[in-house]
Amino acid sequence: MLSRVAENLYWMARYIERAEDTARLLSVNSHLMLDLPRHLPLGWAPLIEMTGTLEAFNASHTSFDERSVVHFLCADAQNGSSILSALASARENLRTTRDVVPREIWEEVNQLYLSVADHAENGVSPRRRDAFLKNVIRGCQTLTGLIEGTLSHGPARTFIKLGRQLERADMTTRIVDVRSASLLPQNPEELLPFENLQWMSVLKSLTAYQMYRQQVRLRVRGPDVLRFLLQDPHLPRSIACSLETLGHELQLLPRQDRVAATVSLVRADVVDADIQALAHSPSKLHAFVDELQIGFAAIHDTLSATYFVNADNVPRVTQRQSQSHSGDQDND
Amino acid sequence: MSQVDWNNYACRDFYDELLAAPGKPRASADELCNMLAHFSAEELAERKTAAEIAIRTMGITFTVYSEGAMIDRAWPFDIVPRIIPANEWRKTEAGLKQRVQALNLFIDDLYHDQKVIKDKVLPAEVLAQSANFRPQCVGVNPPHGIWAHICGSDLVRGGDGTLYVLEDNLRIPSGVSYMLENRNVTKRVLPELFASGKILPVDDYVAQLYDMLAAMSPRPGDDPQVVVLTPGIYNSAYFEHAYLAQQMGVELVQGSDLLVDDDDVVYMRTVEGLRRVDVIYRRVDDEFLDPEAFNPHSMLGVPGLMRSWRAGKVALANAPGAGVADDKVVYAFVPDIIRYYLDQEPLLPNVPSYLCMFEDDRKYVLDHLDELVVKPANESGGYGMLIGPRSTKETRDEFARLIKANPRNYMAQPTLALSTTPTLANGLPQPRHVDLRPFILSGPETHVTTGGLTRVALVEGSLVVNSSQGGGSKDTWIVETDENAAGAAEQKGA
Repeated sequence: MLSRVAENLYWMARYIERAEDTARLLSVNSHLMLDLPRHLPLGWAPLIEMTGTLEAFNASHTSFDERSVVHFLCADAQNGSSILSALASARENLRTTRDVVPREIWEEVNQLYLSVADHAENGVSPRRRDAFLKNVIRGCQTLTGLIEGTLSHGPARTFIKLGRQLERADMTTRIVDVRSASLLPQNPEELLPFENLQWMSVLKSLTAYQMYRQQVRLRVRGPDVLRFLLQDPHLPRSIACSLETLGHELQLLPRQDRVAATVSLVRADVVDADIQALAHSPSKLHAFVDELQIGFAAIHDTLSATYFVNADNVPRVTQRQSQSHSGDQDND
Repeated sequence: MSQVDWNNYACRDFYDELLAAPGKPRASADELCNMLAHFSAEELAERKTAAEIAIRTMGITFTVYSEGAMIDRAWPFDIVPRIIPANEWRKTEAGLKQRVQALNLFIDDLYHDQKVIKDKVLPAEVLAQSANFRPQCVGVNPPHGIWAHICGSDLVRGGDGTLYVLEDNLRIPSGVSYMLENRNVTKRVLPELFASGKILPVDDYVAQLYDMLAAMSPRPGDDPQVVVLTPGIYNSAYFEHAYLAQQMGVELVQGSDLLVDDDDVVYMRTVEGLRRVDVIYRRVDDEFLDPEAFNPHSMLGVPGLMRSWRAGKVALANAPGAGVADDKVVYAFVPDIIRYYLDQEPLLPNVPSYLCMFEDDRKYVLDHLDELVVKPANESGGYGMLIGPRSTKETRDEFARLIKANPRNYMAQPTLALSTTPTLANGLPQPRHVDLRPFILSGPETHVTTGGLTRVALVEGSLVVNSSQGGGSKDTWIVETDENAAGAAEQKGA
């Protein structure tokens, strides 16, 4: 597979995942705001922080009011991480590589982008927001399903899964980071008002609430939620699970040693983390999340150096090594 | 809407491809015209809709630049096929082979001994002022001595029914994917007529193209790595690049996917590492092919590609520099070129041409601008042309100025009474002007497509068939008529 094609598919998957995760975040926050009293210092600003778009937001906005934030995250073409921009980028990445995936996948990406472009402005209003965000989430899930169900096991699928898992892990850490900053009290035994509701919303934004109830069977509490989202080996959106899948997918690629080693290091960090200590100290947790983010960036950089941009300084392959053909002739 | 009545088909002023006169279909088109006459208006409209749906779902598009953005447009297609009798086609095919064979000898000569100039068949000044002569190619010996591996020649039929060669496209001719897809669409919407087995198939092309490319590999005997090099998604022919790569089962690459190493070998960047590339079917213009050798600002090319090609480490189709014979002034000399290299009379005639570089011709052209079609030597896609009878005084004055400033760059031809063929307009067949672009593959063997791409000017009276300027296309049928069959049987008996 061409390096450029691999890179495009990887980014396509990252953008699709980003659009879906942003839609989930907005959907849950919209519901949460309906339940909370107005005096709580929560509001919409944390969403801007979570998506890492504070600078861009401040450049064009003066207040973190609902309409500004929702519009910025859904429909703002200037915001490279908005749902609209993410889907546009996914589409551009797939446009040049659509020949390596079944036609339905291209059609779905294309159609999803077009429908979001048509409805993004209206979809921001509270009355239509739920349907709009559901449409985005469902579209992204349809794509994931199409990819799972129709794309052959091979490098195309692998690079798509690598992109999806890395973006997912990244988004989960952002959500944990920002929410915890406001939710983790100095004394974890003490319950803040509405704390329970807010932790539930963290779980819900990752569609992890029911899974949490089934597996943890405890009242929703900070340290347990943190452990569940960071370390649970079975929850598809936990960081440990994402990294596990990443490592597994990498085994299917040639020359994966360096990337696999990087993934192992980050994964060990997550699995060995002392959750009790993190739950007791917002500053420790924040430092830990920073460490993970640096780890994810390192995974991306090694992936990129191995397979995408710097493919020049790698060994040459003869066709014999990489193509399974039965000819007996020598290549040289 | 009413049913098709061929008696009302107004084809009096031009040669029509399907009807000899109103109500009188030619033998080869008899069955088709009959069938269309028996369709109700609704049925005809349904077939047209079916074709539009097929084109959309098959994703047959071309790219245009419009309102600041590149957009994919559905391929404009007309369901009524254009028909050429097989016996006529066999002669045309022979003429095209002869023509391309001579052109390849001509190009090879220009980059070696230039005998054609020493023997005064081609004036030295024509070559001296050729924009497409590449000094970088002098002395190179491409495989089989062939430079124009893929040629798309445009044929037009005049009022006398003769097929003329209008131009030869030897650089990066496009359209063959549409020829193949037009057939696929037509099979879906008019399946009835294919049952008789008289329509010759077109689908050998991709296999022949691959075999020809593979045969050019500098590492014979090995499993050659063939790629298609595209300028990218914003090129108007990107659909075709992707289509041909996919149909041949080879990688579609961009310049940035390739690199030339110190060993002068071309490699492509893959996730497994660097892999050697043997043959490049390049759809990037000469000037953008290699920033080391040509336009230094090109982002589309591959630095060092010419170095590798000259060293014989990679094969390029078409060879750089082949465009020297695709110059509209050189065109006028092709009949002489055929006589010179092959010692044969040309089988296919040229359209009479006036070369503004010659004083007598120039004077005639300047005096008759309102009757002639004036073409610059090196434009394609129908751009930069003057169509005299449809021009204004201002544009004629402008062209007179251009011609005087640079006579070598202009040639003129009489306005041809281009043939027409029935094309649906407002639900009924109306005569519309057409041309034909067959494709000729030159390798160890020479192949001509069965027919070619018929392009049609969809606007009444228009002569512009380019898809970038409102043209459409239709399927081209080479049909064995009963006369042919009888003739063939006689020959066998004799």
